[in-house]
Amino acid sequence: MNHRVCLKVNGEARDVEVEPRLLLCHLLRDELGLTGANIGCDTSQCGSCTVLMDGKAVKSCTLLAVQADGCDVTTIEGLAGENGLHPIQQAFWDNHGLQCGFCTPGMILTAVEILDRNPCASDAEVRHGLEGNLCRCTGYENIVKSIVAAGARESA
Amino acid sequence: MGRYVGHSVKRREDPRFIQGKGRYVANLELHGMAHVAVKRSPYPHARVVGVDSSAAAAMDGVIAVFTGRDFADGGCGALPCGWLVPDTKVPERPVVVTDRVMHVGDSVAVVVAEDPYTASDAVEAIEVEYESLPSVVDARGTTDADAPQLHDGIEGNVSYYWKLGDSEACKQAFAEADETVELELVNQRLIPTAMEPRAAAASWDAASEEMTVWTTSQNPHPIRLLLSAFTLGIPESKLRVISPDVGGGFGSKIFHYPEEVIVPWVARQIGRPAKWVATRTESQMTDSHGRDHVTVARLAMKSDGTFTGLDVETWANQGAYLSTFAPLIPTALYITLLAGNYRTKGVFGRVHGTLTNTVPVDAYRGAGRPEAAYLVERLVDLAADRLGRDPLDLRKQNAIRKEEFPYQTPVAFLYDSGDYDRLMSTAAANADYDGMRRAQEEAREEGRLRGVGVVCCIEASGPAPSAVAGSLGSAVGFWESGEVRVHPTGQISVFTGSHTHGQGHETTLAQVVADELGVPLESVEVVHGDTGRINFGMGTYGSRSACVGGSALVRSAEKVRAKVVKIGAHLLEAAEEDVVYDRDAGRVHVKGSPDRAKAFGEIAFAAYTAHNLPEGVEPGLDFVSFYDPENFTFPASSHICEVEVCPETWQVRILRYVAVDDVGKVINPMIVEGQIQGGVVQGVGQALTETAGYAEDGSFLTGTMLEYAVPRADLLPGIEVDRIETPSPHNPLGVKGAGEMGTIAATPAVANAVLDALRPLGVKHVELPLTPERIWRAVRDAQSAAA
Ligand code: FES
Ligand code: FES
Repeated sequence: MNHRVCLKVNGEARDVEVEPRLLLCHLLRDELGLTGANIGCDTSQCGSCTVLMDGKAVKSCTLLAVQADGCDVTTIEGLAGENGLHPIQQAFWDNHGLQCGFCTPGMILTAVEILDRNPCASDAEVRHGLEGNLCRCTGYENIVKSIVAAGARESA
Repeated sequence: MGRYVGHSVKRREDPRFIQGKGRYVANLELHGMAHVAVKRSPYPHARVVGVDSSAAAAMDGVIAVFTGRDFADGGCGALPCGWLVPDTKVPERPVVVTDRVMHVGDSVAVVVAEDPYTASDAVEAIEVEYESLPSVVDARGTTDADAPQLHDGIEGNVSYYWKLGDSEACKQAFAEADETVELELVNQRLIPTAMEPRAAAASWDAASEEMTVWTTSQNPHPIRLLLSAFTLGIPESKLRVISPDVGGGFGSKIFHYPEEVIVPWVARQIGRPAKWVATRTESQMTDSHGRDHVTVARLAMKSDGTFTGLDVETWANQGAYLSTFAPLIPTALYITLLAGNYRTKGVFGRVHGTLTNTVPVDAYRGAGRPEAAYLVERLVDLAADRLGRDPLDLRKQNAIRKEEFPYQTPVAFLYDSGDYDRLMSTAAANADYDGMRRAQEEAREEGRLRGVGVVCCIEASGPAPSAVAGSLGSAVGFWESGEVRVHPTGQISVFTGSHTHGQGHETTLAQVVADELGVPLESVEVVHGDTGRINFGMGTYGSRSACVGGSALVRSAEKVRAKVVKIGAHLLEAAEEDVVYDRDAGRVHVKGSPDRAKAFGEIAFAAYTAHNLPEGVEPGLDFVSFYDPENFTFPASSHICEVEVCPETWQVRILRYVAVDDVGKVINPMIVEGQIQGGVVQGVGQALTETAGYAEDGSFLTGTMLEYAVPRADLLPGIEVDRIETPSPHNPLGVKGAGEMGTIAATPAVANAVLDALRPLGVKHVELPLTPERIWRAVRDAQSAAA
């Protein structure tokens, strides 16, 4: 009954047996111990569970683990390189882009995609780009500020 | 300003969150852990005829199924209410129901399984036979003669009736009034919607008979107290409650919830650790909700605009049971705020706390105070409209003057300090209020619907003087504890009874202690959220952590300083009165001879070696204080919002949002601004998008984030935040609290702006949230009334 899934997670090859109905977010959290992707809803609204799959920001609660077969997945735990924080992580820290931190991994990984598309994204473009991510603490002000600042740094 | 206090120090908690290392309860993995899921009622009100769990129990991977009887027979007590106003009638609230469900989501049975998927399969497999009973969901409708009687002995579904103010003065004000305005409004039910759904985990040590409970709580000590004394019956000395990282609370995680009892009870029963994590839908339908008032009010005034009387009657929906602090919210945190920022003398308010077939209602960000502010600020705008006055000008005329503080209101509170005139002037200047009005004129000439909303709001924060709380119905005190433990190396652990779930206490409280002792911030570590490490604490809500929790730490730091001076003087072979504690350098030196000094670290070490201590001084350097505030603190705000309403789609667009707040002294401006911004957006959510819905038949309509619309990033174009500071005179930090002001002010600011925009169309009132459909209906009604 179980399916075999081979994928790369944060650069490491993983080979797992999963129930066909297992969601990717549960594979990451429960089987692989990567709890950075948080689960904030049941209906794909909140974006807390966002990860990068083959470079694209996806909500890991909307995918079955089996759909990640052969894919390259990056979670928040794997975003920073060897030498410290990713520039977007740093920008969130510098600009008070988080309060409780629950939405933060999803926000940061979504920001990676927003800035990949357009490193000079404006305030309004960032707000639009975050339409699939909810934050209840910050009022988004400093999240937007963090992302715009990270973009400005990247493109400088 | 100190070396740290007053500065935007970057948050020390951030590195773990931005790297995905948050320690939320849902992330907890305990060896041999079982998973708990709860069978919930789909009915608002029904008799439970039978529960057939045989199919569920027989499933592979199911460890056990328990019903309400098991919990009742197994020693679980009812969930208590911790705030009872006189003559409150309290409906019994079982952890798991035995014979009757009272709201959609009420717990009926509990499954324990090897994994969460199996647990939820097994929940589906439980067959419950219900006999549906008539239900009622409306705050005021539940008191109607033909409404179903919900609880034996609670006549008319009224749990309590409470009043405050001078009814004679109020009557007289109306008798002598030149003008009056009236308003009937609904303050709609909201779902706090912290992004982290609630969760609980527990581990039982059969040998030591010790229980550890992890829970998503804003206040682990009160939860331990309630578990011990009422619901679980394990002595406090054997019970440890940990609230690790918590993903937002906004009030919803203050209360004692059934699952906090279910999970440890199960863990002990099966002899294995257990965990329950709410789905979003479970959270939406079982977290305590907020607001839900129906109010009839009128304001009396003189023809010159002086407010003379305010008469308010409110029906506050408390839900099916009384949640932990439910009766506090519409009484001592609502009626007491009806004077607002104004000098109105004849204020009189009364509230009916009513029971319905809905999830309990309790504190949600602002808690009572937003309800008061929305009501008062709408009335003031109606008054301005009636008198043909500018709303800002009318507010200024009636505002309490800065020289009148401390100001005794007619509804119990003694406001500590403030300068409302300057607050409003600053907001007007920042917004270019006159320019906004000119732009509005031009827009109107072009047929566009532009509006400007202005508010001046008050909050009572920093709860609370314990004796006052007791006299108002509290079963507990509202002091806070703070311990400053200096280790032999001079490193410092700070233990606070407050809890941070986004507010940044690991940074701000360290700023406070580092400045008090003159030590580097890096040497101060803040510990919170664990009853095993902190002696006691009342937790975080009501914007109390800085003013009450911070003040407790100041007191402890003062005691540390006094002992450091004593030991330092002894080591310097000087008299105590001949040395000084240099808080900039963190050392003790002889007066006039800064070179004859002992560093903080040296003295700390000496306190522990105890080789050479002054006569009568004990070894060690560790002090605890329990700080009971003298009064509440009274933050205030003036916000101005500019909107345009599209005359075709009736969509509201916010053009500008300007916030000026007075939260007293500020420990970390960056964090305070973040609190205001986040608060504002929640308040705007109430104004424009959020409403928790029950159909008339009691079914729950907003179980997911599809139906319950929390604001998204593009709801506002940005928020312009500024502040003035009038320090609170009665706490050592001068702080007032910043957590709720934004939420309180934003709802009326947006509502006033939208109604200002609709004024040319003759619309006087639209119930929240101001959705296009509601606005369209209101415009249509106003136009057909005019025709
Ligand atoms: S948990 Fe995936 S979108 Fe909410
Ligand atoms: S920081 Fe708490 S939800 Fe975004």
